Amino acid sequence: MGGWAIAVHGGAGVDPNLPMERQEEAKRLLTRCLDIGISALRSNLPAIDVVELVVRELETDPLFNSGRGSALTENGTVEMEASIMDGSKRRCGAVSGLTTVKNPVSLARLVMEKSPHSYLGFSGAEEFAKKQGVEMVDNEYFITQDNVGMLKLAKEANSILFDYRIPIVGTCGAGAAAMDSPLQMNGLPISVYAPETVGCVVVDKEGRCAAATSTGGLMNKMSGRIGDSPLIGSGTYASELCGVSCTGEGEAIIRSTLAREVSAVMEYKGLNLHEAVDYVIKHRLDEGKAGLIAVSKEGEVACGFNTNGMFRGCATEGGFMEVGVW
Amino acid sequence: MGWAIAIHGGAGDIPLSLPPEKRLPREAGLRRCLEVGIAALKARNHPLDVVELVVRELENHPNFNAGKGSVLTTSGTVEMEASIMDGKTMKCGAVSGVSTVVNAISLARLVMEKTPHIYLAFDGAEAFAREQGLETVEMSHFITPENIERLKQAQEADRVQIDYTQPIQKETPKDAAVADGDSQIGTVGCVAVDNEGNLATATSTGGLVNKMVGRIGDTPVIGAGTYANHLCAVSATGRGEAIIRGTVARDVAAVMEFKGISLKEAAAYVIDRVPPGTAGLITVSSTGEITMPFNTTGMFRACATEDGYSEIAIWDSPSK
Repeated sequence: MGGWAIAVHGGAGVDPNLPMERQEEAKRLLTRCLDIGISALRSNLPAIDVVELVVRELETDPLFNSGRGSALTENGTVEMEASIMDGSKRRCGAVSGLTTVKNPVSLARLVMEKSPHSYLGFSGAEEFAKKQGVEMVDNEYFITQDNVGMLKLAKEANSILFDYRIPIVGTCGAGAAAMDSPLQMNGLPISVYAPETVGCVVVDKEGRCAAATSTGGLMNKMSGRIGDSPLIGSGTYASELCGVSCTGEGEAIIRSTLAREVSAVMEYKGLNLHEAVDYVIKHRLDEGKAGLIAVSKEGEVACGFNTNGMFRGCATEGGFMEVGVW
Repeated sequence: MGWAIAIHGGAGDIPLSLPPEKRLPREAGLRRCLEVGIAALKARNHPLDVVELVVRELENHPNFNAGKGSVLTTSGTVEMEASIMDGKTMKCGAVSGVSTVVNAISLARLVMEKTPHIYLAFDGAEAFAREQGLETVEMSHFITPENIERLKQAQEADRVQIDYTQPIQKETPKDAAVADGDSQIGTVGCVAVDNEGNLATATSTGGLVNKMVGRIGDTPVIGAGTYANHLCAVSATGRGEAIIRGTVARDVAAVMEFKGISLKEAAAYVIDRVPPGTAGLITVSSTGEITMPFNTTGMFRACATEDGYSEIAIWDSPSK
């Protein structure tokens, strides 16, 4: 064992009727991100740099729900959050309520390294961003036409959409969509629920683990709503043993402190990475639907989900590589 | 087995030489809040109601760092945060960046019960509070002369009190912190269990003196400052950044479960693993045990059980 390993995700919970071209688009993006991470690992960049680099790429691409392409709040604006954790000393950084910071994960890293705190939110976070000289843009930059359409749909359905990437084909909106698929997540038909929080976990050649997660949150969320992604122990966690990034129903992930759980069962029950991932997915989620990716200091990579699919990719130094949706 | 309750008013570098005028009001506050909790448990209120009630009392008390009496941000403002969790259902609620809501813990409860979300912050939290008709006041209501003084001292010392994990600011003599005596106070909390084993926890704070505007600590982060499940309920206090990294509240329950050890052993184990001088916690188990370990100089705390035991303490005591 040993050697580097990397995994990326673009969200858990996928509509079984997701058009093939969307699946292919997602897989291409995941592959591209994996390649970026792999190059970085081959250049001996430490895990913490690699996760940031990869998540920046995911934020910049409008396909998934983070950075550009983020889900919209009930006000039609974007509020982003992210967290990053370095397993070596369990240093961490998190941000919430960002509206003009181009790459939330990088701001989270700056919170970790350049502030006396671990977590900054809203106007305080934006102020910090300005002082740090990070790239800032107008809120409009993050808003895509797809998401404007989705928000309208969500309001019509008067419910929260976790994320929804299916282009509106018919005129019946949510009603028609609901009839198409019997699967549900968070009380919504799967076709109107497709969360696409992004994340990356890495273990480098030295066995150091790191994790990062970034998101725009729930479609039609209340302004000021914070989900699991910026919460250390819930959406993101890294220790000496492993790095974990989660996605899915935020409430379920928070209540089960899902990311921390993987490391805790490894530490306290002596399970290996795969056993730990299986265990937490099977036993910790109850009614909740979620997925996660994880790496261990031994160079293993694992993913688990109890949803109908998860956009993911993983690779190890030994040559294993896989990108999947189901 | 019967009911049990524990409360805290913050762990930190509370000097043994704390003068009576600073110590007595806090002891009296703890005593009163404990009595409120005991009465509520005797009246068979659900632990979730009990912890909210007690934390509201602690928030209203001006000598603790929560609600009125909250420490100030670097801009001289108040940004409060709180969280609450029910051990049986594991439903939870949290708020941050609250500046006008008289009782942040009640807002956290409303987030839990009246929204599909767990955590609301800043403007969104304030707007929700108004929608819900919660009592709001001018921010000046929360600001006390002591805290204005604390902020001034911290800014003169040019460092964030109670907490920094990176040495980015210049070192200052330890005396600067001790001079004020009670500058290292953070957070209030309450954990309770009824005689059916229902558990609940609530934590509330003004945060760190001189914190950056927008800084969020461990208090509203489920698993860090607050956690409850079927085994135990936990409320932590101390250096937020260390508590977050150490997922302190969650770990107590995790260690009990995975290592099969007692509440007391689990809590001690977790406190041992955070850097010295950074944390304390109170916790009760489903079977009515209580433990309140800390690795700081002191922790304002109190507890009581149905069989008549009660305790109020600040520094080390020989009891549980």
